[in-house]
Amino acid sequence: MTRPLPKPTPETRPFWDGCAQGELRYQQCADCGAVQLIPRALCERCHGSSLAWKVSARQGRLLSYTVVHRAPVPAFKADVPYVIAIVHMDEGFRLMTQVKDGARQALRVDQPVRIAFAAVGGAALPQAEVLP
Amino acid sequence: MSMNAFITGAYDTAVGELPGSSCMALHAEAALGAVADAGLQPSDIDGVLCAYSFTEPHLMLASVFCEYLGIHPGTCLAIQAGGASACIMVMQAAALVASGQCNHVLVVTGDNRLTGLSRDGAVAALAEVGHPQFERPFGISVPASYGLVARRYMHEYGVSREQLAAIAVEHRRHAARHPKAHKREPITIADVLASKPIAEPLHLLDCCLISDGGAALVVSSRAAARDASSRPIEILGAGQGHTHEHIVAAPSLVDFGCKASSRTAFARAGIRPAEIDVAEIYDSFTITLAVELESIGFFERGEAGQAAARGELGLGGRLPCNTHGGLMSYAHSGAAGGMFHAVEAVHQLRGDAGARQVPDARLAFVHGDGGILSAHCSLVLGAH
Repeated sequence: MTRPLPKPTPETRPFWDGCAQGELRYQQCADCGAVQLIPRALCERCHGSSLAWKVSARQGRLLSYTVVHRAPVPAFKADVPYVIAIVHMDEGFRLMTQVKDGARQALRVDQPVRIAFAAVGGAALPQAEVLP
Repeated sequence: MSMNAFITGAYDTAVGELPGSSCMALHAEAALGAVADAGLQPSDIDGVLCAYSFTEPHLMLASVFCEYLGIHPGTCLAIQAGGASACIMVMQAAALVASGQCNHVLVVTGDNRLTGLSRDGAVAALAEVGHPQFERPFGISVPASYGLVARRYMHEYGVSREQLAAIAVEHRRHAARHPKAHKREPITIADVLASKPIAEPLHLLDCCLISDGGAALVVSSRAAARDASSRPIEILGAGQGHTHEHIVAAPSLVDFGCKASSRTAFARAGIRPAEIDVAEIYDSFTITLAVELESIGFFERGEAGQAAARGELGLGGRLPCNTHGGLMSYAHSGAAGGMFHAVEAVHQLRGDAGARQVPDARLAFVHGDGGILSAHCSLVLGAH
């Protein structure tokens, strides 16, 4: 069984293309300035459609994290324990990632991290790396 | 204020591991049981609301069920809101009878999630609620999503694992008084702490069960309730709150829709939380109940676990909560999991809960949570 990988749609393809090029992209509304990570056709705040793609500086903090011991599907069994985090990025959006070597480190809430990319089954997935 | 709707029938099947059971057979047993409990005939039912199934999934589950039972109601539809489904079905049934569209609405749920799916299968099916592109590639599961909530919540309000464990221990104590409960053997705080880690900080005994079972209610209009031979329970208030679906998109990891849903339900009922005699609140994980109890206003932030340790959620405590044992110890059978809470509230308000009866229970609060604290529905019920 293979890991579930993102299947880009027309809405999300610029994000995943960015990951493949080492860029973490997010949408910002030209009308109200709101930022959003999960790409969509409109701004979730003002419903305007003037969305611009921006490139993140890839710095953020661990809003929360969990050490996963029970794999949801067999494809993740070899990886346990692994750490999933919700990262709050400096630009104001949030994303979910795994934390590199997370289960071997003492993590803490609000710890600074940077986002890099991990090659998984031909896809480039964002991954959090703990900053000292 | 009144919602002009009454629960006239209630029934739950055996729960736990039920070899040979099926989703539809559990639905049928629960449905006929609830109709009989109301003193009605199946032909009196003019509305049917179902939820969803993992073992017999279908685009039109309510139609599949009515075909299975051989009934032809005037109104028939399925509602899918995860763990909030049961309460939302009751709220929708109340609207159908109060508006005069139906006299007696059957709300019915059930699934043989344990024997029909296996534990691995159930865990995998549930993981599919994660966002396909922005959550599932990272190995998300329902427990991991709640683990993320737990870590942040514990950090912000100084909650310890021991305090959450006290919630699980009290649920098991409640379940020991229920002859049908899936898990009845006592557990200690040390047992919870030492149980195997699932998605830290949550361990196995912080998590709900996976069970077979079914449950149903009949909701009747004020006039039609007179047809029933049971003692009707009034739906005094109801409300919903919805903030997100995926936990990565939640506006907050500590504030959820239970605040809005309960505020609306209490306002409609004209009742304050302190007046509630017994609460039956969705407890998919220990953290779920802690967040809900504190957001709804039964306890201050960060204090639900300490209150549980002091016995305040127990029989005879300040707020007897999940007197059947909840999802953590009574049973969790998909949408029926939330319906067990509602059926238990009916038992408590009728005064027929036996060894687990809260003395003179007049007002009950019932709450369901779907997704990752995403969809919430609260009910205030009263003995009539």
